[in-house]
Amino acid sequence: MRHEKIETNVGLLIVLTLIVISIGGLIEIVPLFFIDETIEQVQTPDGKDAIRPYSALETRGRDIYIREGCYLCHSQMIRPFRDEILRYGHYSLAAESQYDHPFQWGSKRTGPDLARVGGKYSNEWHKQHLMAPRSVMPDSIMPNYPWLQENSLAYNDIASRMKALRLVGVPYSLTDAEYEKNIERFGKGIADQLNIHAAEDNLVAQADQGNYDGDQSRLTEMDALVAYLQVLGTMVDFKQYEEGHFAEFR
Amino acid sequence: MAAIEQYNYDIVRKFSIMALIWGALGMSAGLYIALELAFPLMNFDIPELTFGRLRPVHTTLVIFGFGGSALFATSYYIVQRTCQARLFSKSLANFTFWGWQSIVVLGAISYVLGYSQGREYAEFAWPLDLLITVVWIAYLVIYVQTVRHRSQPHIYVANWFFLAFILATALLHVFNNLAVPVSMFSMTSYSAFSGVQDAMTQWWYGHNAVGFFLTAAFLGMMYYFVPKQAGRPVYSYRLSIIHFWALVFLYMWAGAHHLHWTALPDWTSTLAATFSIMLLLPSWGGMINGIMTLSGAWDKLRSDPIMLFLITALSFYGMSTFEGPLMALKSVNALSHYTDWTIGHVHSGALGWVAMVTFGSMYHLIPRLYDTDMYSKKLMYVHFFLASIGIVLYITALWVAGIGQGLMLRGFDEYGNLAYSFIETVIFLKQPYIWRAIGGAFFLAGMLVMIYNVFVTIGRAKKEVEILEAKIAAKLASA
Repeated sequence: MRHEKIETNVGLLIVLTLIVISIGGLIEIVPLFFIDETIEQVQTPDGKDAIRPYSALETRGRDIYIREGCYLCHSQMIRPFRDEILRYGHYSLAAESQYDHPFQWGSKRTGPDLARVGGKYSNEWHKQHLMAPRSVMPDSIMPNYPWLQENSLAYNDIASRMKALRLVGVPYSLTDAEYEKNIERFGKGIADQLNIHAAEDNLVAQADQGNYDGDQSRLTEMDALVAYLQVLGTMVDFKQYEEGHFAEFR
Repeated sequence: MAAIEQYNYDIVRKFSIMALIWGALGMSAGLYIALELAFPLMNFDIPELTFGRLRPVHTTLVIFGFGGSALFATSYYIVQRTCQARLFSKSLANFTFWGWQSIVVLGAISYVLGYSQGREYAEFAWPLDLLITVVWIAYLVIYVQTVRHRSQPHIYVANWFFLAFILATALLHVFNNLAVPVSMFSMTSYSAFSGVQDAMTQWWYGHNAVGFFLTAAFLGMMYYFVPKQAGRPVYSYRLSIIHFWALVFLYMWAGAHHLHWTALPDWTSTLAATFSIMLLLPSWGGMINGIMTLSGAWDKLRSDPIMLFLITALSFYGMSTFEGPLMALKSVNALSHYTDWTIGHVHSGALGWVAMVTFGSMYHLIPRLYDTDMYSKKLMYVHFFLASIGIVLYITALWVAGIGQGLMLRGFDEYGNLAYSFIETVIFLKQPYIWRAIGGAFFLAGMLVMIYNVFVTIGRAKKEVEILEAKIAAKLASA
């Protein structure tokens, strides 16, 4: 076909362009939804799913993480290099972000990676660091976030948030059948946390028990954000797996 | 005067002026957040001013405000001139203007208030995503209808690029922003995809925002203004056909090079790396086609500041499309990813290519829109040199920052321990960050010089028209 045909017919030009620009995405994106090895099956010794959706409080913490644009300076994706594994821990698994809507892998490390920051520092350290980063790390260039401690946490819409997440595929339970399925899949303790009907109670209870911001009298945004940071990268117990176990998925 | 009456220049004028204003505002936001990185005090403990909330303001104002408005302006101008047809529907065109400007304004306001989707370059909350979709469909309708009413049998090459840009942006925008809102009255939504699939979709979008919004469309600009300003036809018609089809096909595969060594399967990132390297060919084909258009008229580089802007833009296009495939190699990416090298690379494209080709095109376009000449050629040269010095400082500082940090982070001492803690790399970055901000300040200063030059030009043109009209009125009265 002579090119003249295309450049004298706008309909043909549009159709051909649409075909040409669609191919790359179709071949690279669509299979990721269908190839099983894309996301590893990670199970605990008693046969439950190791990776669970975030609790109600952690979900609110994650919302705040996104609101403040943390992802613009912190990645959550450890690459399989010696220096990164020494600095941050085991490289990130695809399964570990399977409930992340949206993903927060990031693209820039102005600050360190946070994929396995959970459990590395105490709650007190996190609070102090978020309030005034330079008080614990004198050369840090991170902004202070004092309002996290001042703002009470808004959580009256937590059930709607979890319902929206359920619609995009996160296994929070709304019906008895879903709840039963979650018990089978995650165990009863976690299934209770994923129950949307108990979302508000669960959120308050976790904040009370965790005492993330060191102030039992109020539920603050600091509580939620620290709860989220403390769970990052802690769900898989890598000691249980032989070295190289996860390499086959890559 | 004939062309001014024949075509809808009003819409082109409006978008052109907004492009300049958004350019100045967006670059100011960029300079401010650059200073925050060098001097964290400048976050002032005010939520609305922190880096995390202002960074999307910067990217949105420069990409969608400055770049977007410049593209609307030039595409509306080019489609009318090359089709010799008036722009379809004045009211729909005005809708795209007011729609697009409100998207940029509301986007910026919503980010500082903390409403963000958490997807880079697609931070707009879901109601704004819907508005973008509507405006974009109107844009497509206007463009296609105008092309259909052309009085030329052939559709000029610039229009192919603009059409591909409009179609691809629609496709990318819709699929990347699929999400479920928390409620009808909530600005928050959760994306339809998660983890690996979400990352792949986002960088398919993110890289092609660069590929189509910031490259294909600006190539459309180049294919019109370079030959016009040079007064010569495009160097090779054949090359422009190959350039077009190869570019739009290959770009769509390259996005996953932003996800090398992550939890994305290897097959996907290997494919992306392969296509990224292939992309060098059409990119340089386009650069050669643009630069060689000037062959036989090289002397214009000595006498014409507009030509200087356009050819420099093409040179930076060539440079950053060489650097891009290099950084898409897995071994290089292992060092460059997560560092400021990426930011430097983006800016060599964004400042060197996108902004410079826009400046050149606007200096060509604006006097024609007002039927006059630019007020000061000298100020155009001042702008050119401020911008060029700014770019060189900026990208050099970030090469040092990025490569330096990358090497420090992978450094080991003689016992096999990590040689540097993370915070030591932050201390190292302070100097390059200051130089980067100085480079940005130069570039912004050039932008302000341009705005002054343009506004004086427009003011004088309006005065001339008034005087002329008064003369005519006086003549009519005496007759």
